[in-house]
Amino acid sequence: MRRTLLAAAAAAALAAGLSGASAQEKLRIGLMSTLSGPSAALGEHMRDGFLLAVKHADGKLGGVETEVITVDDELKPDVGVEKAKALIERDKVQVIAGVVFSNVMAAVARPVTESEVFLVSGNAGPSVLAGKGCNPFFFSASYQNDQMHEVMGKYAQDKGYKRMFLIAPNYQAGKDSLAGFKRHFKGEVVDEVYTQLGQLDFSAEMARIAAAKPDAVFTFMPGGMGINLVKQYRQAGLADSTPFLSAFTVDGTTLPAMKETALGLFSSSEWTTGLENDANRTFVADFEKEYGYVPSLYAAQGYDAAQLIGAGVKAANGDLADKAAIRKGMEAADFPSVRGDFKMNTNHFPIQDFYLVEAAKRDDGKFDVKIVEKVFDDYGDVYAADCKMK
Amino acid sequence: MPPETQSGMSLTLAAVQTLNGLQLGVLLFLVAAGLTLVFGVMDFINLAHGVQYMMGAYFAVAGYALTSNFLAALAFAVLGSLALGLLLERLVFRRLYRRSHLDQVLGTFGIIIFLNELARTVWGATPRTLPVPEALSGSILLMDGLLYPVYRLAILAAGLVVAALLYVLVRWSRAGMLVRAGASNPRMLSALGIDVDRLFAGVVGFGAMLAGFAGLMAAPILSVGSSMGDDLLVLAFVVIVIGGIGSIRGAFVGALAVGLVDTLGRSFATDIFKLFLAPAAANEAGPALASMLIYILMAGVLFFAPSGLFGAKTA
Amino acid sequence: MTARAAEDRPPEAPALPAPAGTRARALGRLLVPVLLFAAFAALPAAADALGQTFLVSFATRVMILALAAMSLDLILGYGGLVSFGHAAFLGIGAYAVGIAAEEGLTEGLAVFPLAIAAAALFALATGAVSLRTRGVYFIMITLAFGQMAFFTAISLSAYGGDDGLTIWGRTEFLGGTPLEDDRAFYFVVLGCLAACYLLARAIVASRFGRVLQAARQSPGRVAALGLDPFAYQLAAYAIAGGFAGLAGALLANHTEFVSPAYMSWHRSGELIVMVILGGMGSFHGAILGAIVYLGLEEALSHLTEHWRLLFGPFLVLVVLHARGGLLSLLPVRPRDG
Repeated sequence: MRRTLLAAAAAAALAAGLSGASAQEKLRIGLMSTLSGPSAALGEHMRDGFLLAVKHADGKLGGVETEVITVDDELKPDVGVEKAKALIERDKVQVIAGVVFSNVMAAVARPVTESEVFLVSGNAGPSVLAGKGCNPFFFSASYQNDQMHEVMGKYAQDKGYKRMFLIAPNYQAGKDSLAGFKRHFKGEVVDEVYTQLGQLDFSAEMARIAAAKPDAVFTFMPGGMGINLVKQYRQAGLADSTPFLSAFTVDGTTLPAMKETALGLFSSSEWTTGLENDANRTFVADFEKEYGYVPSLYAAQGYDAAQLIGAGVKAANGDLADKAAIRKGMEAADFPSVRGDFKMNTNHFPIQDFYLVEAAKRDDGKFDVKIVEKVFDDYGDVYAADCKMK
Repeated sequence: MPPETQSGMSLTLAAVQTLNGLQLGVLLFLVAAGLTLVFGVMDFINLAHGVQYMMGAYFAVAGYALTSNFLAALAFAVLGSLALGLLLERLVFRRLYRRSHLDQVLGTFGIIIFLNELARTVWGATPRTLPVPEALSGSILLMDGLLYPVYRLAILAAGLVVAALLYVLVRWSRAGMLVRAGASNPRMLSALGIDVDRLFAGVVGFGAMLAGFAGLMAAPILSVGSSMGDDLLVLAFVVIVIGGIGSIRGAFVGALAVGLVDTLGRSFATDIFKLFLAPAAANEAGPALASMLIYILMAGVLFFAPSGLFGAKTA
Repeated sequence: MTARAAEDRPPEAPALPAPAGTRARALGRLLVPVLLFAAFAALPAAADALGQTFLVSFATRVMILALAAMSLDLILGYGGLVSFGHAAFLGIGAYAVGIAAEEGLTEGLAVFPLAIAAAALFALATGAVSLRTRGVYFIMITLAFGQMAFFTAISLSAYGGDDGLTIWGRTEFLGGTPLEDDRAFYFVVLGCLAACYLLARAIVASRFGRVLQAARQSPGRVAALGLDPFAYQLAAYAIAGGFAGLAGALLANHTEFVSPAYMSWHRSGELIVMVILGGMGSFHGAILGAIVYLGLEEALSHLTEHWRLLFGPFLVLVVLHARGGLLSLLPVRPRDG
């Protein structure tokens, strides 16, 4: 037994020697996600999606033996920087993937790309990386932050809403979201409310909405805040009188807690479980079998992020030292995206379709979002024009 | 909306917001009461009080998942919290009563880390929820277009009942007398043949029950998730410091003050700034100030009353 | 009902570790810091030998937070003042670097003093109010000021708000960029830590330091000597703020990023835990606490995703079985005493 192993090892070594050592180098990916604290659900979805893609590739993204090292950024930018440095210097990763939150992304982008390590976003898409600060080593497999809000602004405009009530947490992403919404919405904003980050009780805001009597409400309220907001919106009776448009609020990570209270509320997404393409059917079925829950867009983005890396590695014929070839491969983005329609823009952000989705209950009693209508077709972000890719 | 048509409306709005503030205050009181009781009687800083609130909510969710009955969930939450409180008292707290405040901080901080992670390991990272009980699921029309859930009124009522009960208990009952005596001179009690250990364990268990009850009451309107108790713990400390440590009356007043200031600040700070600032600047300054208001309140109270509103002067 | 317990309770800050003979204590006070600093000095070479160059970056972070913890120990361990808003000083130091860089000021000889002064001034102003209170009230009022700084940083949308601010290059000195090299930066941080350590020890050994410690134990007696305990405590508070501001400036240079998260109350709590964990009332205890806290976090998180299930009980066990922190466990007491 021992001898056969040795012989096999010798043969493998010989083969390695013949085909060039570089092709045998392992692909090491640092998967950075938020796995603790109140927002850990998003990070877990993204991680599970990513790992499923690696599994579907038999552990070989782009045909190269792949090792994934998962780290938790704890949603603290300085911790993210520290962990990114560890991944680069200690684990010698060639790619860092994932990153749920924009503030962590903003912090790690510079050290990672300066080390000439590829950074592939599975969620966060801050505007600076899409525009002036675009970078040959940065790729997004998700979306640019503004786009999800633009979808709702466009929808509100098309629907003919005249008076909108906007509400978002008081931080940069919240302000950006309302700015994104207003890009396509030309009607009146009757009130613009910024709530405290991490706020639990929205009864004061409910009363203001009721007093303002808007045509509809738009909100960006991620994570636990969104769950509270939606429950209280329903309990205040507003869900029946005032349409609820949202981004990153009603999705697969929050629906298990919102349940019935979210039914009929709208959100924007570039992907749902119901998209009709083969890659998606396989992904959704295997994901539910493997992890026992309904995948969210974060899971889908994680899955595509891994596939995107695989496409790059494959284009370089597995030569991980050939970074130019890997980049070309990722720019071509030749892989079966679960989103179906997927192209890479000049700023390394996707050009894709965006949908209006609605929370619904499935036959098996679980909750999911389903597509109501397509709002944007092959849509790129507005910042790409500012990007001068070197 | 033009301001002149708003005056009648804004009066109603102010009334509704006051009600909201009171209801938040009552919820805070339920958490703060246990904290201040334990602090006052044993001179024990229990940072783990926040995770006990969280565990109460999770016990309720688990109980509801098993039985689909809100009353059963209530029993799970209260008894589970009591058991957990007694267990923690036995294993850790008891050995820390005579230690410095800082040792208590480190020890109970360790418990926070452990229980937060335990909850996440057992129940997963996705937040959970508890439905509003059938009997309280109605709502009343409070102002045009705004329904006020009966459940929120129930929280208000429950909080007021607990407050009254506590007052009577501490003031008039034999247990309350012992608790007050134990706070000022534990040796005297042992000399009188009272089992101080049991008394202290009882106080901790009672405090844990209150926290668990608060967790249950909050679960139908808030999401239940790991580390949901962390920020609430800080708020509860703000409450008991404003009120004066050890004082139930202080905790009550402090809780209502914090609830009102926070809610009214969030509702009206931006509007007030808009009276003399450009809208963009007001949108910047308003929310920032609203987030700080309760801390400004606390700093202000402590500036004029360094031991809180109802605190003992020696503290 | 009354708030206070019996008179025989220990004061807010506990006694120093149990005395084991003055000579043994003196030896411990010498040996432990010498070993700690020697280890830090040797670490880069050792990391090279082991091929673990990442350790250098990690140790840089440890030293920076150790400096912050040490500054907290100055007021907590020696002054008996538990600041629960200490992260605000750290954050202000960091923001001074970030905002200065954003406005085009990158000269270290200006930026570092600016960071230290800004944090010390904030400490002076808030300390003047906070020191009116005692005990837990002091803890909470410092938390209040910390939270105000935190929310102010979040609303600074010109400087990134909640997203934070990327710094496009480390601080320069006289036009050169000596800090850009990670190895050089490591030794600069080590130098800062060592200098502050010696300075802090000199402070507590001075007359000023003795009054400060006396004011912790019996403010009345200090006042009877015709000294104003308030002034001494306020000065110590401002000095600690300055030290933490320096740590913040270094942290900003280390991560090349500043964020309101540096000021959150969680970070303040972590600093307190580091100090108690290591053993308060001796600055190398704070350093040891930072090493163990961050080191365990790093090591355990490689073992399992649920490493906090081990970390929490570890802290509890330290409290229960190592009175006076980890320092009290070190075998630095010779038999001949």
